[in-house]
Amino acid sequence: MAHDDAPRRRRFTPRAVALNAALLAGLTASIGPLVWMVVSSVKPEGEIRQFPPTFLPDQLTWANYTELFATLNFPRYFLNSVVVALVVTVGSVLFSAMVGYALAKLDFPGRRTLFALVMGTLMVPGMVTFVPLFVLVANLDLINTYAALILPFLAAPFGVFLMRQFMLDIPDELLDAARVDGAGEFRTFFAVVLPQTRPALATLGILTFLGSWNNFLWPLVAVQSADKYTLPVALALYSTGQNTVQYGLLVAGATVIVLPILIVFLALQRHIVQGISTTGLK
Amino acid sequence: MTVSARRRRTGLAAWGFALPFAVLFAVFMLLPVASSLYMAFTDMHGADLKSPWAVNFVGLDNFVAVLGDPKFQQAAGNTLYFVGVAMPLTLGIALLLAVLLNSGLVWFRSVFRVGFYAPVVTSIVAVAVVWRFLLQPDFGLVNSGLGVLGIDGPRWLTDEVWAMPSLIVMATWRNVGYSMVILLAGLQGIPRDLYEASAIDGAGAVRQFRSITVPLLRPTLLFCAVITGIGYLQFFEEPFVMTQGGPLGATNSVAYEIFNQFGFGNYGVSAAMSYVLFVAIVILSYLQFRLLRTEK
Repeated sequence: MAHDDAPRRRRFTPRAVALNAALLAGLTASIGPLVWMVVSSVKPEGEIRQFPPTFLPDQLTWANYTELFATLNFPRYFLNSVVVALVVTVGSVLFSAMVGYALAKLDFPGRRTLFALVMGTLMVPGMVTFVPLFVLVANLDLINTYAALILPFLAAPFGVFLMRQFMLDIPDELLDAARVDGAGEFRTFFAVVLPQTRPALATLGILTFLGSWNNFLWPLVAVQSADKYTLPVALALYSTGQNTVQYGLLVAGATVIVLPILIVFLALQRHIVQGISTTGLK
Repeated sequence: MTVSARRRRTGLAAWGFALPFAVLFAVFMLLPVASSLYMAFTDMHGADLKSPWAVNFVGLDNFVAVLGDPKFQQAAGNTLYFVGVAMPLTLGIALLLAVLLNSGLVWFRSVFRVGFYAPVVTSIVAVAVVWRFLLQPDFGLVNSGLGVLGIDGPRWLTDEVWAMPSLIVMATWRNVGYSMVILLAGLQGIPRDLYEASAIDGAGAVRQFRSITVPLLRPTLLFCAVITGIGYLQFFEEPFVMTQGGPLGATNSVAYEIFNQFGFGNYGVSAAMSYVLFVAIVILSYLQFRLLRTEK
């Protein structure tokens, strides 16, 4: 099985050296563009266009960030992205857990139908539904609102499926014991079931936050006024509009989107990578 | 309390749990899925936005128009090119990395695992901006590096031949880590004594890979192939940010064309294209199941 944890002796055989050198080259290709993004974002525009390029900036400057946050409206976009991602994460994880519990542990009329519908829409891609969704949201007069950015993502079939799978593993005796003690269904859910599923909640929460933070197509379609732009929408429109050749500014914008997520990822990488490899297959 | 009263109470509580999801799911998922089918058979345009029922049924006209449209055909060809190259490339590299990382000779495995996975968590829009910068023909890192070697690099994103490979390399770079992590978990599930036993029987590394690793990894490979394929068939952000579908439509994708038709206000046509894409997704997933399912 996993030989991850046992302390191994590092063997310096020629094969091991070659293998690790090859992997190191791959690693450079993998994180090189991200490192380049960060170091380029603190170079002045002139140095960015220099040949041969410098690696570390000769002249460190925060000018690109000052322009993003003082001249352009990036504080607003950042706030929009944070608010939308947080509300979507909390709401959809909670709703998924609730319905997942009902599907896994409670008997009710319509249970099979509901589960079949969830499974049937599991693979329906956003590309297929965004046009009718736009028509619907327009008729609800929600275009250009936070509600438009949030509501469609509160019902997440994948989250329901995941939570149901985890809830199935909770022993029935635990639930019966709570009920015998006089706890109602809602007490049982919040006091007994939710604590049992903490790892699944964490994994789903991280994945949902990531998905919302990086989401592009729907926010691009659903909001047209700049005060509701999320970060990816703002950056994409700047990069294809009048700022298209201001590379320093654009990579600084990319850094603002990517770096917070990378830092969170590094802090939680054990949970994320393990979560992916288990939930991906569940 | 009687049994039936208790059942009714449980049923009520269950629907209480299911209600928030069920309502949102019905409104924002089931309704759009159903109405996209309706829209695909109507001549709905942007002007009908607030009166979606006052449109004409046009039968299969949208589908006939879409399939006969040279721009759509080009976009479909581009999408097949993208998926056909990027998917095997992504899965191949992911499998190679997973096998290497699982070999036991690696010194800092978790460092490599995190490093290869890092691009997966990035925003496609953000990294597409970064890659446009890397591939900038005059001072971008790639051509600067090639210049040092005495090679005059092409104008990647504005060259009809090189634009698509550029997007493919970027997509592969961003997505390899996902499949790698899942394949690595799959590899760790293969009992080590299988390898030990076959080594005693004289099987070499290549033979072990073909006779043990690949067959036992089939379900995991299938999963990765389906997920990657579904994502790649919808590729959109990369051309939107890096090439706007150009040069001369060389990187226009079906998803991008759906978005453009939507932008022109041709909702019916756009919905029909979405259905064509959806059918393509279903067909690809089916073929992968046929190809990679565990042989009985």
